[in-house]
Amino acid sequence: MTATPVLVLLDHAADGTLRPPVRELLTLARTLADGAPVEGVWAGTLDTAAALPVLGAQGVTTVHRLVTDADLHLSAVVADGVVQVLGATGATLLLAVSSFENKETLARVAVRTGAGVVTDADGVTVEDGRVVTHKTVLAGTWTTRCAVTAPVALVTVKANSVAAEDVAAPLQPAIAEHAVDVSEASRRVRLVERIERADSGRPDLGSAHVVVVGGRGTEGDFTPVEELADVLGGAVGATRVATDEGWIGHDAQIGQTGVTISPRLYIGAGVSGAVHHRGGMQASGTIVAVNSDPDAPIFEIADFGVVGDLFTVLPQAAAELRRLQG
Amino acid sequence: MRIVVCVKFVPDIQSDRQLGPDGRVVRDGGDGTLNELDENAVEAALTLVEEHGGEVVVLTVGPDDAVDAVRKGLQMGADAAVHVLDDAAAGSDALGTAAVLAAAVRHLSAASPVDLVVTGMAGLDGLTSLLPTALAEHLDLPALPLAAELAVDPGAGTVTVTRNLDHASEVLSATLPALVSVTDQINEPRYPNFKGIMAARKKPVETLTLADVGVDPATVGLAGARTQVLEAAPRPPREDRVLVTDTGDAGTRLAAWLVDRRLV
Ligand SMILES: Cc1cc2nc3c(=O)[nH]c(=O)nc-3n(C[C@H](O)[C@H](O)[C@H](O)COP(=O)(O)OP(=O)(O)OC[C@H]3O[C@@H](n4cnc5c(N)ncnc54)[C@H](O)[C@@H]3O)c2cc1C
Ligand SMILES: Nc1ncnc2c1ncn2[C@@H]1O[C@H](COP(=O)(O)O)[C@@H](O)[C@H]1O
Repeated sequence: MTATPVLVLLDHAADGTLRPPVRELLTLARTLADGAPVEGVWAGTLDTAAALPVLGAQGVTTVHRLVTDADLHLSAVVADGVVQVLGATGATLLLAVSSFENKETLARVAVRTGAGVVTDADGVTVEDGRVVTHKTVLAGTWTTRCAVTAPVALVTVKANSVAAEDVAAPLQPAIAEHAVDVSEASRRVRLVERIERADSGRPDLGSAHVVVVGGRGTEGDFTPVEELADVLGGAVGATRVATDEGWIGHDAQIGQTGVTISPRLYIGAGVSGAVHHRGGMQASGTIVAVNSDPDAPIFEIADFGVVGDLFTVLPQAAAELRRLQG
Repeated sequence: MRIVVCVKFVPDIQSDRQLGPDGRVVRDGGDGTLNELDENAVEAALTLVEEHGGEVVVLTVGPDDAVDAVRKGLQMGADAAVHVLDDAAAGSDALGTAAVLAAAVRHLSAASPVDLVVTGMAGLDGLTSLLPTALAEHLDLPALPLAAELAVDPGAGTVTVTRNLDHASEVLSATLPALVSVTDQINEPRYPNFKGIMAARKKPVETLTLADVGVDPATVGLAGARTQVLEAAPRPPREDRVLVTDTGDAGTRLAAWLVDRRLV
C-alpha cells in the first residue's frame, strides 16, 4: 500500500479510557499499514499519562488530537475534525469501531470527501492496493467480500473481529493538535443533555468475549443469567421482549434494532431465536441455547443446544464451572 | 408542517433472503415489503401532523415493486407519495441513494417548503444506518438520529429528540427544518384499516426519474458506487452441533463442553 498512515478513530469513555475494541483495530491497522505508520484520531481531552502508554504499546506513532470549543459528542463536529486530519495526513484508510455514532460521523465524512464506506466489517485486507472488507450480512447467513473503489476507504469494524496484540517494542506516540475549523452548519445541533450510562461492573456488552442473554423464558428473573455471566466473566444481554417488559434496561437489547454482538461465546436462555434477534448475534463464534421447546428456532443455529428449563440448567452449569475453576 | 418520510423497499426478513453474484439482494418479486423500521418513521410523522396539522409525503427510491412501500405508507395515512424510479439508480450504495433522496427532497421543497425529513433507523436488508446522516449532510440540514422520543415545538420552530446510545443517552435539539431518524422504540406503528386501504387508492403516487430531480446518472447507481462486491456466499452451516435433552445433568454437560472447547 502507499506510505500514508492508516488512521484509527480512538473511541474512549468519558474518563478517557480507551474502548477495548480500539486495541483490536490498532492491531488490525498494523497488518494493513505495511510499514507505514499507524496513527490515531482522538476527540477531546487527552490524559497523556494514562492514554499514551496503551497507544504506544499498540505501535501508534502519532495521536491527532481534535481541539475545539464545539461539542465533540456531535457527529458533525467530529466529522469536521476527521476531514481535517485526512487532509493533513493524506491517509487513504480510516478504521473505526462499529457504533451508531461512528457510522454517523463516517457517513458525513464520506459525503464531504467522496470516500467509500463499509460498515460492520469483520475483516479487512489490502489486495492489489485496494482495501477489501469482509462481512456477514442478512442476519449472519451470508458472507461478502467487498472492495472500496473510491480513493479513500472508511471502514467500521465489529468488536471481537481480531485479537488485540501489543507490539514487541512500544513506541512513544507524538501528539499533533488540530484546531478544528468547525463549520456553522455543524453547530446547529445542540446537545441539551448527555447522561453517561452507569458502569454495570460487567464487561461492555458490545465488545464482551462472552455474552449470556435472557429472553421471555426468564419471566423477569435474570438471576440465573447473571450468575452464569459472572462465572464466565461475561456481559448480560436480553431480547426485546425482556427489555420491553422492563426486566432489564433497553441498552441490553441484542438484535437488529439493539446492539449487534459477535462474542466468542453467546449463550441464550429462554430465547426463541426470532429473526430480529438473530440479526444481532448470528455472527457469534460459538452459540449455546437453553430452551424448553425443542422446536425453538434458535436450535437451528446453536452449536450446543439444551432442551431444558433454564432455571435448572443455568445454575447447574454455573456450579460445575465454579467447581472446575477450583 | 410538511413532513417527508423516506421509506425503503426491502426483502421480507422472514423470507429466505439470497444474494446475487453482484452482492445485491435478489428480488424475485412477491417477497418485498416496506422496511419494518420505516413504519415507525411513518407513524412518527403521522402523529406529528395529527398534533400540529400539515401533510405527510412518503418518498422512496427503488425498483418497480418499491411502489408497494409508498403505498403501504399511504394506507397508514400519508397524504401523497413520490417514487424515484430509474434503472440508472439501481445498485446505488447508501451514499448514492442519499444523493438521489436529497435531490428528490429538494424537488419537493421547491413546490412547498419541507419542515422535517423523517427516516427509519436502518434498512433491515443491509443495516448500514448510513443513509440518514448522509442525507442530512447533502441537504445541509441538522440531523437528530435515532430518536426514541420526538417532540416538535411549532411556535419556537424547534425539534427535540431523546436517543439511547451504547454508552449514554442524549437529548438533542435543533431549529427546523431538520432531519430525524427514529428507532423502533418511539411508537407502535398503526395497521392500515379498511378505510385507509380504500382511501390510499385515490391518493397520488408521483413517479420521477433521475432527470426529473436533477441527478446525473453517472454519479449514482453502479456507475457511481464507491464500493464493489467481489464475492457473496452463503455461510457454511455450523459443524459438529450438539443437541441434548436435559435428563438432570445437562448443565454439567454444558459446562464440560465449554471447558473442552476452551471457551472458558
Ligand atoms: C421491527 C422489529 C424489531 C425488533 N428488534 C428486535 C431486536 O433487536 N432484538 C430482539 O431480541 N427482538 C427484536 N424484535 C422482537 C422479535 O421479533 C421477537 O419478538 C423477540 O426477539 C422474542 O424474544 P424472546 O425470544 O425473549 O421471546 P419468545 O419469542 O416469546 O421466546 C421465549 C422462549 O423462551 C422459552 N422458554 C420459556 N420458558 C422457559 C424456561 N423456563 N426455560 C427455557 N426456555 C424457556 C420458550 O420456549 C420460547 O422459545 C423486533 C421486532 C420487530 C417487529
Ligand atoms: N432507497 C431508499 N428509499 C427511501 N428511503 C431509504 C432508502 N434507503 C434507505 N432509506 C431510509 O434510510 C433509513 C436507513 O437505511 P440504511 O442506511 O439503508 O440502513 C431507512 O430506514 C429509510 O428510512
